[in-house]
Amino acid sequence: MAIAFEQAGTKRVMRDATAWERLKTNREWLSLWFMLPAAAFLILFLAYPLGLGIWLSFTDPRIGRSGVFIGLENYEWLWGDATFRLAVFNTVLYTAVASVIKFAVGLYLALLLNEKLPFKAILRALVLVPFIVPTVLSAIAFWWLFDPQFSIISWSLKKMGLITANIDFLGDIWNARWSVIFANIWRGVPFVAITLLAGLQTVSPSLYEAATIDGATPWQRFRFITYPLLTPIIAVVMTFSVLFTFTDFQLIWVMTRGGPVNATHLMATLSYQRAILGGQLGEGAAISTAMIPFLLAAILVSWFGLQRRKWQQGESND
Amino acid sequence: MASDAIRDVQKAFGATSVIHGVDISIRDGEFVVLVGPSGCGKSTLLRMIAGLENITAGEIRIGDRVVNNLPPKERDVAMVFQNYALYPHMTVAANMAFSMKLRGAPQSEIDERVNRAAAILGLSQLLGRFPRQLSGGQRQRVAMGRAIVRDPRVFLFDEPLSNLDAKLRVQMRTEIKELHQRLKTTTIYVTHDQIEAMTMADKIVVMHDGRVEQIGAPLELYDRPDNLFVAGFIGSPAMNMIKGHIRINGTANFEGPAGVTFSLASAGSGNDGRPAVYGVRPEHFSLADDGAEAEVQVIEPTGSELQVVAKLGGEEIIAVFRERHQFKPGERIRLKPDPRLVHLFDETTGKRLTN
Repeated sequence: MAIAFEQAGTKRVMRDATAWERLKTNREWLSLWFMLPAAAFLILFLAYPLGLGIWLSFTDPRIGRSGVFIGLENYEWLWGDATFRLAVFNTVLYTAVASVIKFAVGLYLALLLNEKLPFKAILRALVLVPFIVPTVLSAIAFWWLFDPQFSIISWSLKKMGLITANIDFLGDIWNARWSVIFANIWRGVPFVAITLLAGLQTVSPSLYEAATIDGATPWQRFRFITYPLLTPIIAVVMTFSVLFTFTDFQLIWVMTRGGPVNATHLMATLSYQRAILGGQLGEGAAISTAMIPFLLAAILVSWFGLQRRKWQQGESND
Repeated sequence: MASDAIRDVQKAFGATSVIHGVDISIRDGEFVVLVGPSGCGKSTLLRMIAGLENITAGEIRIGDRVVNNLPPKERDVAMVFQNYALYPHMTVAANMAFSMKLRGAPQSEIDERVNRAAAILGLSQLLGRFPRQLSGGQRQRVAMGRAIVRDPRVFLFDEPLSNLDAKLRVQMRTEIKELHQRLKTTTIYVTHDQIEAMTMADKIVVMHDGRVEQIGAPLELYDRPDNLFVAGFIGSPAMNMIKGHIRINGTANFEGPAGVTFSLASAGSGNDGRPAVYGVRPEHFSLADDGAEAEVQVIEPTGSELQVVAKLGGEEIIAVFRERHQFKPGERIRLKPDPRLVHLFDETTGKRLTN
């Protein structure tokens, strides 16, 4: 048995595609072309400044004078600098306390807003208000609330007879720290609450019904159903929350400028003060660069500890 | 296991009443199917039995306890949901063990019961898997396993087969029935599919618009539907309904449209001239020379039987034959219903007339 194809006489001679033609049509190369604009954008506005910042931290430029490579000198100097150490302590305290409370309050609000409530839509919108107000505006409002002379908090407490003299919110070291932490919490809670609420709404109500019939109390339903199903979104939200809090600048700068006696200086504000106001660009860059290990640690903890659970992986997504 | 009673149960959401007084009594170990079109209140009734919806009025008893105000966990019922409601973050074993774990049962007892349930359902190999890694039928079985492990007094099924493909549905139907024959636990099963109801139930409750239309054994409902709704709902293809009048003139007859006349076995005295609906199931037609003339429209052979859609007195009817006739569309055939097997219903109330 034989199978014969008749060759059409006029058929064009086959030739190999040129390298250029292959580049134009190959799927992998094609995806590279589509990625290039985004990659260029990221390199120009993210990678380049980051790289430049790290490079600057190894040099000693001043404003108007390019520096020379000085190795780790900036870091050695910072290591012995009490103000820098205080800023690191402040930043860690600020981030840790604010994040924990933001998570607790945010989760509580999310659970509350997920219940059947009257005026639910309005309440949800109201929760977002602190998030919508520009940070500088809310910082100024807090500045007035915490004013040593005109603070409405001091005024109210005095009127109620609870205190006799005004509270020095932003003038006392620990008062100032708690005050800025409070302002940060007020501003950060809506983000946590609304995102967790979105997560809660993806949990099928029939799971709660099944658990109810299985005999779970409300607390057990939260502990065994809600919380585990929410962990992926908690990981994402809290990573963002920690990153935003750790790098906070506006709130502090408007309310205290790092005072009193550097008690509320965060790494970001100190970096700005040294680099831009003080002109020590290399030192400021070193302070900023010193934030990177902390941020990386936060990301790694969430990435490996929480983000991807075994039960989320699987075949179909019916 | 328990006998249950549902007495004059009503349900209203705000001012909208959805269940208007339902009475059902269920024997211990019985397999009861609540069936009806969507929106008839069957799922709501089931959720009231489970304790997921509160009861507006009336009384639900499980065993000798009135459970109206008991929380779900104290009713000792297990429920299988339409979407299975498996906990996605727990393995098959953990899903099945969850209720016992909450009760604080010892680990050895949990393991034993989970393994036994898994063996019954053929899930032993899958205990370490997560729900996402299972097929639809396997998920369905895990959902049943979760119910079996509890060893409850009542199993509640809420349309458990709706999410499966047709072939698997038939297979799971048999599995559920076998399971019930084995465990003999009282079961209440909700479905909109009358075939599921017919094949699985000891007792069917046909519901419509928040009311019970008829309660009875599957064949009872098929042979003696109480009203037009049940007659039309049970059976596939559906019963043929022809409107007309009863004529008693020495012998009892039914006069349909366009002069079609069928003889009746009995019509009850005093019913002469009464407007009525004549019901005949497709398989109760036979070919006879003294039958009514009908024009064949469509022929649908299924292999085991032959469905014929025909025009009889201007109305479309369906007849089913076990024999393989060679009809052609447009052909005229003579159809004769078996007078002992036909049904008569009052035209206005829809109630059954003959016995």
